[in-house]
Amino acid sequence: MLTAFAILTDGLVYAAYLFLVAVGLTLIFGVMKILNVTHGSFYAFGAYGAATAVGIYANADWPDAAGFLLMIALAMAIGLMLGLVLERGILRFAYGRDEVVVVLVTYAVFLMLEDVIALIWGRESYGAYQPMVAAGNIEIGDLVLSNYDIGLVAIAALVAGLGYWALKHTRYGRLLTVVIFDRETAAAFGINVKVVYTVTFVIGAMLGALGGAVMAPKISVTLGIGVEVIVLAFAVVVTGGLGSIEGALIGSLIVGLCRAAAVHLVPQIELFVIYAVMALVLVFRPYGLFTQAQPRKI
Amino acid sequence: MMTPRTLAGALAFAVLAVAAPFAPAWLVSLATVAFANGLVVLGLVILWRAGLVPFGQALFYATGAYTVALIGRYTGVHDVFVTLAAGAAAAGLVAFLTGFLLARYRDIFFAMLSLAMSMILYGVLVKTETLGSTDGFHVESGTFLGFAPAGALHDLAFYWLVLAVCALAALQVAIYFDSVAGMLGAPVRDNEIRVEFLGISVNRLIHLKLVIAGVLAGLGGALAALAVEHVDPSMSYWTTSGGFVFVTILAGAGSVAAAFVGSLVFELVRSIAVDLFPGEWQIALGTALLLTILLLPGGLGSLVGRLPRLKRKTGAA
Repeated sequence: MLTAFAILTDGLVYAAYLFLVAVGLTLIFGVMKILNVTHGSFYAFGAYGAATAVGIYANADWPDAAGFLLMIALAMAIGLMLGLVLERGILRFAYGRDEVVVVLVTYAVFLMLEDVIALIWGRESYGAYQPMVAAGNIEIGDLVLSNYDIGLVAIAALVAGLGYWALKHTRYGRLLTVVIFDRETAAAFGINVKVVYTVTFVIGAMLGALGGAVMAPKISVTLGIGVEVIVLAFAVVVTGGLGSIEGALIGSLIVGLCRAAAVHLVPQIELFVIYAVMALVLVFRPYGLFTQAQPRKI
Repeated sequence: MMTPRTLAGALAFAVLAVAAPFAPAWLVSLATVAFANGLVVLGLVILWRAGLVPFGQALFYATGAYTVALIGRYTGVHDVFVTLAAGAAAAGLVAFLTGFLLARYRDIFFAMLSLAMSMILYGVLVKTETLGSTDGFHVESGTFLGFAPAGALHDLAFYWLVLAVCALAALQVAIYFDSVAGMLGAPVRDNEIRVEFLGISVNRLIHLKLVIAGVLAGLGGALAALAVEHVDPSMSYWTTSGGFVFVTILAGAGSVAAAFVGSLVFELVRSIAVDLFPGEWQIALGTALLLTILLLPGGLGSLVGRLPRLKRKTGAA
């Protein structure tokens, strides 16, 4: 019983993390049809930004909440700048090329940004555990839960809810849906697709940085954290169906719970259970759980 | 079969073979690994011509490498011809089996599914402690039909072996590209439904390409394992696959030779970049890749076609 409960809570926390890193990726793919490898860099930049912010607030004598807000604000600001520079400076020259070629463009940028991180923050690793300690623990029966983890799930739920509301009930969200559905028709009706692309990419970048920022206190912020995140986020997004926010949500829940179950029951398979789940889903649903079948074009 | 192209290729390989004893040792060992990896890139060129880019080719690379290593460790057989054949066959078998699934996918999904499969192998290798977990283990150097040289002579002999394997593979792939199945790559890339309407099974065609590319990658991995005399799980990690894709794009799919030239250029550029700017070599690599994609969509190989005199002869390569 305790194991089942532990699997459930661990799974939820892991799913929250996966959703936060996957949602930006799936948004960018849904609108722009770009599988963005640079997402790992956004995550890493967010995490480093958060670590810097935690460093600032740990030295100053600020209340914990202010420190946490500074952490998120700094990471999102970095995401905003980075996203804007990349989309306007590099990516727009690759529009219209093969999907796979655009993936390689983002891969090249990812390689470059890995070294840029090392140039800015150096090669040593940073700890940013203070917010995690400040949040404290809560005991439910025999199980000890970190309040920070509960907050993480809450943030993921908030992002999911906000995203859903923004897509369905705001003017920009409706325009986005139109562009996703048919880019050319949308352009013919006077929607400025270029602006939609830029805004979407920047929002995706900010979401990636947010994912890095909230995870920073839980991990050791060091070089190479972006590499692992990309493949993980890809696996989640492909499981749910590329370009679908609901897909990212369900995908991260499935993958998160499966991984937690593996960690508690069969630790040997922990490293690849995520990819096994993804491969299994793709066998039965070749384009993920939440993608509608496309008519074949002759 | 002795077209000018084949003749030029044979000449290039002969020059490379003769030059080796006069080249510095570091260059020979660099070229050995580069040409071994060139075989993997050759396989990627076959797939790339059909519009497929696998981000998990390291699966077959590592399969070939670990097969050689395991045979050497548990049976005591070190003959390169036996172990190489076994490595290539094992990778081919894995490619044949996974091909039933992979051949159904295209574009990003193909790329990601192949990536997932290579990551599963990575996970298994990392968790297998008898195989040294993340450290991998040592591979004893191979013997050549009972001939067991040591030191510099061994390195030279092995370099010649790699060169011979590459020459054979290049010739075979060139013949394949001139066959109907090989030429159907571009039509599949442009519009596979039309190919289906011609009465050809695209899935079976792609399955065949996957097996060929898998065998080549297994061969490359087996040679690389014997060259560096060590195997570890990072051979199946996705960044290894990414490196191969990188070289494929850099070289372009224009010709068979481009795979080997591209691989050699890549290894040279990387070792020079690591030497000159140890902290920033990834920036150099990323910039090179970015500029190639944006300015030279056909890869470095397309530069040859731009030379006015050669253009007439090769036509639309």
